[in-house]
Amino acid sequence: MPKLLPSFLNKPGKPGENGAAGNGSSPAVEKLKEAPADLVGWVDERTGATPFLTGMLFRKVPKGTNWFYTLGSATLFAFVVQAITGVFLAMYYTPSPVEAYASITHLTNEVFLGEFVRGMHKWGATVMIIVIFLHMGRVFFFGAYKYPRELNWIIGVVLIVLVLLMGLTGYLLPFDQRSYWATIVAMNINGTGPILGPYLADFLRAGAEFESTTLARFYSLHMLLVPGAIIALIGAHLYLVVKLGTTAPPWIRAETKPKSIRTEKVG
Amino acid sequence: MTRRNVFIVAGQALGGVATGLVLLPVVGFAVAPILETPEETWTGVGAPDEFVPTSYRAVTLTIRSGIGEAGKTTAYVRQGSEDLGEDPNQYIAISTRCAHLGCPVRFFDAAGQFICPCHGGVYDFEGKVIGGPPVRPLDRFQTRVEGGEVQVGSRYSVTSDLEPVRARDPGEFTGGIWEYLYPPRPSTPPAP
Repeated sequence: MPKLLPSFLNKPGKPGENGAAGNGSSPAVEKLKEAPADLVGWVDERTGATPFLTGMLFRKVPKGTNWFYTLGSATLFAFVVQAITGVFLAMYYTPSPVEAYASITHLTNEVFLGEFVRGMHKWGATVMIIVIFLHMGRVFFFGAYKYPRELNWIIGVVLIVLVLLMGLTGYLLPFDQRSYWATIVAMNINGTGPILGPYLADFLRAGAEFESTTLARFYSLHMLLVPGAIIALIGAHLYLVVKLGTTAPPWIRAETKPKSIRTEKVG
Repeated sequence: MTRRNVFIVAGQALGGVATGLVLLPVVGFAVAPILETPEETWTGVGAPDEFVPTSYRAVTLTIRSGIGEAGKTTAYVRQGSEDLGEDPNQYIAISTRCAHLGCPVRFFDAAGQFICPCHGGVYDFEGKVIGGPPVRPLDRFQTRVEGGEVQVGSRYSVTSDLEPVRARDPGEFTGGIWEYLYPPRPSTPPAP
């Protein structure tokens, strides 16, 4: 507990103890100063969160940990930016084939800071794809996918696929000529898979052609289904990171001082 | 089987039934539009004498109503040509949807060819592939003459010999074994 809290939240001594009353502040002020610590203590007493939080936030990292190890957090940050800006973009967006483009131009040109928020979402999407692949490269080249972390690699691969699916479904939403034709091409690429492909393309389009509900379907996938799956898998990904710890870079050798090897005589 | 096991199995079965009761209708709800048969529509595109056998005229069709521009497509229509062994009383309507990945092709009168801007697909006057990545000739629409006007109906695909088959999505081969590897949508109308 004391380790977790910043120093100003640590409960000060009671008035009368350690000369606390001697500093001239009134009991009311003293009580006010204790309020944050009391509040944290109240929650902690009822959740028992401290051991969990200290274990997660103050876990030990191996020697040689460097800036490359921040790429996972960078990806998480990019995702949070996308989630926040996406929620606010949804306040102005209309997922109807007739009104989508008009709502986007209104959002971009007339809404206060609309262009900025949309820009963050658009460029943030690119940033996220870039850092997620850099993160994957770090894990690959540092050999951090090896036992016992294979499952985390698998979850990460699923997450990459889901993020690419976000890119695909989000691309249609501005509903200009580029996004429309790019989506037509993407859905037809889906359709070229033998046997199942035509059904998959039909499912994405909700029919044979670009239908009245195709845009709403992409919107729902983009803002509900896929992000939900991503949040759940990020949870599993982080749980495994905390549970298993991170790996040292490959150039850090295990310490093999003769002293550290224990020999026992049998017999 | 003990009493406890009976209750465990029954409890889990109930949970499974409850999950299924929620999940199955929802999945069916999302999949249902695929199985719906669109209403057959015939669009009048002009009088028979507006079309010649030697060149195409572009016409705009609304294939999905209520969604503005996104529901429209263009077809190129001409009269049947005796030189190509066609019936001059029939009309040929070629879809502009490229058989590669669905971009809109354009007919160039000077060259007598259809050319796709996306990946360079080229089709001859009949819509057969003569260059680029497309896997089959351009799709066609059914046509008929009714009440003194040429009408365009539902889409169908053709094999490389221009044999009609049920409509397929772009990028999917037609004819031979491909008919089984790329099954047509259950709701597509039969080929003429």
